[in-house]
Amino acid sequence: MDRDFKLIGLVRNMSEAKLKIKNLFKIFGNKGRSFISSVEKGMSKQELLDKHGHVLGLNNINLDISEQRIQVIMGLSGSGKSTLIRHINRLIEPTSGEIYVDNENVLKMSQSELREFRRKKTSMVFQKFALLPHKTVAQNVAYGLTIQGVSEGEAKERSHKWIDSVGLAGFEERFPAQLSGGMQQRVGLARALATDAPILLMDEAFSALDPLIRTDMQNILLELQKELHKTIVFITHDLDEALRIGDNIAILRDGKVIQKGDPQNIIMNPADDYISDFIKDINRSKVIEIRSIMQKGTTKGSSLKSSCSLEDALKTLNSEKDKQCNVVNEEGKKIGKVTLDAAINALLRDKSTKSLEKYK
Amino acid sequence: MDFLTEFPSLGKRDLRDLKKTIDGSFREWSRTYGDAIEAFFDPLYFFLVWLEKLLIAAPWPIILILVASFAYLGSRSWKLALGSVISFMLIGYFGMWKDMMATISLISVATLICIAVGIPIGILMSRYDRVQSAITPILDLMQTIPIFVYLLPVVMLLGIGRVPGLIAVCVYALPPIIRLTNLGIRLVDKEILEAADAFGSSYRQKLFEVQLPLALPNIFAGVNQTIMMALAMVVIASMIGVKGLGMPVLQAVQNQYLTLGLMNGLAIVALAIIFDRVSQRYGQRLQAHRFGKEHE
Repeated sequence: MDRDFKLIGLVRNMSEAKLKIKNLFKIFGNKGRSFISSVEKGMSKQELLDKHGHVLGLNNINLDISEQRIQVIMGLSGSGKSTLIRHINRLIEPTSGEIYVDNENVLKMSQSELREFRRKKTSMVFQKFALLPHKTVAQNVAYGLTIQGVSEGEAKERSHKWIDSVGLAGFEERFPAQLSGGMQQRVGLARALATDAPILLMDEAFSALDPLIRTDMQNILLELQKELHKTIVFITHDLDEALRIGDNIAILRDGKVIQKGDPQNIIMNPADDYISDFIKDINRSKVIEIRSIMQKGTTKGSSLKSSCSLEDALKTLNSEKDKQCNVVNEEGKKIGKVTLDAAINALLRDKSTKSLEKYK
Repeated sequence: MDFLTEFPSLGKRDLRDLKKTIDGSFREWSRTYGDAIEAFFDPLYFFLVWLEKLLIAAPWPIILILVASFAYLGSRSWKLALGSVISFMLIGYFGMWKDMMATISLISVATLICIAVGIPIGILMSRYDRVQSAITPILDLMQTIPIFVYLLPVVMLLGIGRVPGLIAVCVYALPPIIRLTNLGIRLVDKEILEAADAFGSSYRQKLFEVQLPLALPNIFAGVNQTIMMALAMVVIASMIGVKGLGMPVLQAVQNQYLTLGLMNGLAIVALAIIFDRVSQRYGQRLQAHRFGKEHE
């Protein structure tokens, strides 16, 4: 993915974000609304709980989610990420704020409009799969369509290709209990895709799976996304997963977005110690792409793609006489250069070790 | 000192007057409306009589075939079907065929009424917490109040016979199916309900596609309990003139006929076991999908 394209994308997306979340608050408890102003003035989650017995779920969330991209929302348990994703299709009602999908305010919808919205615009994949145990794989995948009132025969036909595309052909007549966890989640994914909804909400969809199967599922998702170009909101607590599939990442802590944007940017410029600590264990040589350390100008040496990882670039860089390489975009156009020094610097940069205790 | 040893109570005369007034007004009320209420239950009475006559008039081989196929379709077990047929033949051989048919017709109608009334109430209770907290104490009352206490007003109102017997049986047998329908729906996995919501289900779609099917094993346990409790009421119902296996038991108790009591008692037990096993097996088959771990 080259930077020019990303910049253009960014400009375009600023004007037409698919999904806009504005000043969203969620305070669990009977009198949640009355505490918004004190939370805005800086009352902490702990203080709200101790003094007033209310739980701060989301604290002034502002997020623009671009069309056809994968937006990862990451945080540890209790950070409010599952609460946030449930606001997008209003499984949870906010205390205050606005949510726009295609410039339509989801929170203003009547019950029947909301049902229609959930049927046509969004679909969801759940952490524990949430399949209907009394229905077969085929019936589960067709579930969203039957809810829409599509006839049984047509629903079956339309869902068939999705069963195929997640690799479950031949398992149509099985019941979920007869499948392994990974296969069950494939059913969950196919069920979500079958309604052709443009927005896909994935709530820790792969977290319950073994590491190997998780990687499998990530591949399936990325592969499908190349064709489908859905707007995906993906919740995870796993940084590797976030970096692997996210076009954009937002990091949540105590119900607040503490950093959002390009994953490369988050790694290179962590906003605070909490995030530095979060990313300290990642394999920087694999994750950082050379576009993040690109400088202006060109050089005589060979060329590397902007999305090339440091690990792959180091060897080439070291073999060059002046320890420099050109950086080219997807079309092969030179857009800058990268030096060995910069690459090594990027590997070493690690501020977190000295401040382990700070954010507590 | 009298004040401390004697609990302060209503004077004897006042108490008598109070009881008299209530008794009198209920009697008055039942005289005025008794006929209308009786007329309301007439269709039920005719249906009961019709079913009983049908079962008694039907040739016994047909009944045996019906019993065998009902037992087999419910349980998918030849052993159980055979066992049921043998028990029916034994009961008939010892001269209790007609009484058994009367009991079966009463139990079937009572169970049908309980299902028709109980499941919708259970659904309402599961949907609204208020309904649940309003109905739960009523169910507690229905299950704990001594049967004779509510038998009395029913008899005063409707006389003795099949219909008051049926009502008494239903009052006693209704609570389990209501409770278990409510419980079954409330126990449905929250995440599955969330999924149903996320895909835009209406309440109706959620109820019929998700909640009821998943609650079915529990609902069926309720049906099973209802049948059992209805059978348990057979003897008491015979005290207000319901024909069937209970009547000879009552006679036996009054006259110390040991064998008569034992035979009819055992016949009731046999019926109970057959109904219980068949309905339990059927309930288990309803959740067959839960046990299908074939991939391992």
